[in-house]
Amino acid sequence: MLHRFDRAERALHWANAVLFGVLMATALALYWGPVSALVGRRPLVRQVHVVAGLLLPLPWLVARLGPWSAALRADTRRLGRFDAEDRRWARSLGRDLSVRFGKFHPLQKLNAAFTAGAVVVMLGTGSVMHWFHYFPLRWRTGATFVHDWLALGLFVVVAVHVGKALSDGEALGGMWRGTVEQAWAGRHHPRWADELSGTSPAMGSSPVDGAPKT
Amino acid sequence: MGDDAGTPVGRRVVLAMVGLGAAGVLFGERVASGLNRLLAPLQAADRTGLSSLIPAAGRFRIYSVVGFLPKRTDAEYRLRVTGLVDRPLDLGLADLRARPATRLVKDFQCVTGWRVPDVPWTGVQLSALLDEAGVQPAAGALTFSSFDRSYTESLTLDQARRPDVLVAYELEDKPVSRAQGGPVRLYVAPMYGYKSCKWLEEIRVTDAVEPGYWEQRGYDTDAWIGRSNGRKDKPV
Repeated sequence: MLHRFDRAERALHWANAVLFGVLMATALALYWGPVSALVGRRPLVRQVHVVAGLLLPLPWLVARLGPWSAALRADTRRLGRFDAEDRRWARSLGRDLSVRFGKFHPLQKLNAAFTAGAVVVMLGTGSVMHWFHYFPLRWRTGATFVHDWLALGLFVVVAVHVGKALSDGEALGGMWRGTVEQAWAGRHHPRWADELSGTSPAMGSSPVDGAPKT
Repeated sequence: MGDDAGTPVGRRVVLAMVGLGAAGVLFGERVASGLNRLLAPLQAADRTGLSSLIPAAGRFRIYSVVGFLPKRTDAEYRLRVTGLVDRPLDLGLADLRARPATRLVKDFQCVTGWRVPDVPWTGVQLSALLDEAGVQPAAGALTFSSFDRSYTESLTLDQARRPDVLVAYELEDKPVSRAQGGPVRLYVAPMYGYKSCKWLEEIRVTDAVEPGYWEQRGYDTDAWIGRSNGRKDKPV
């Protein structure tokens, strides 16, 4: 078994998952007529939605600022950057099957970046919607517009993310237990598997070029 | 901070989203109204109702000022016309449907910015009910109340007598749904949506305007679309 995510990273992921679940459920109840009619209790639902939204930065702050943040920082750095192989994958529009991925697939990297950006924008626009008295009325309309469309995008992205995880038990297990099987890592993240078993220079210690190394 | 191997795609994505989000807040109002016009025909043709999930695209949003959606069945529904009238009315849904109906196809504009184009409304003209009840000379205004027991609205008598003010029981040629204020609601075409009191229960004729729920909370009492609340929407 290979170690993939440490305890702090997993705690952060699942705290985010719970908050996202609450936010999405309450969003549906606030926004979509049929569900609104079924659930009712708008002030309560709105309150829950606002509180869950405001709590969203908290798990990240705790995970990032505590003494347990080393793995999270390293993985954040990996997630934030496209290396040479990722760029090769992007240039081939995902069709180049010879690309050997590192710890994260480029789509996982994009998912992480999109979600991080979305959280910032949703918090900003949500704040304008909630404390609308302090802003021009025009901004309230604009913020509602952005919040709605980005929410739609988030629903799609989260649905794909969850669907992918459910269709690959080992990937889900990696986030649940923290470890994955060697063979799975070799198939999906070969460069990372090499890195852990020491058959290749560690990621980032030298510029990675296209060809796999041995 | 670490090595520089690789393209900082993550940072670019985040910054682009924040930039787009800020632009959307500043200019989203204009984009939204353009988008509404673009998407309205698609939504009108949609029979699945799924397109109501598309944001800001010419669909109703559901608001209630209380913590629930009020409920009256068609059978138990009553509308009373009271106050400064010679003949107070107490009407059921069937009584309203038995009176001459008016069908209007007009936009619905909310003060928060969304607009639903070309909505068919059917109901009894408010002026007809007022004539039937016999408004007394001392009267100058109306107060509407909702059976949610919280919401109230107001109109001057002159505003209420306009032909585009309906006591509506059909919306989009279907009975007004519970979420949208059914079985009976007001529709004041030329004014922002908050004037169109949902779950209408009582019309009380008064001597002067009594500000309604939102009007006590800072919104304009004369809520003409495009000429109030600091907005410049196209009049209906």
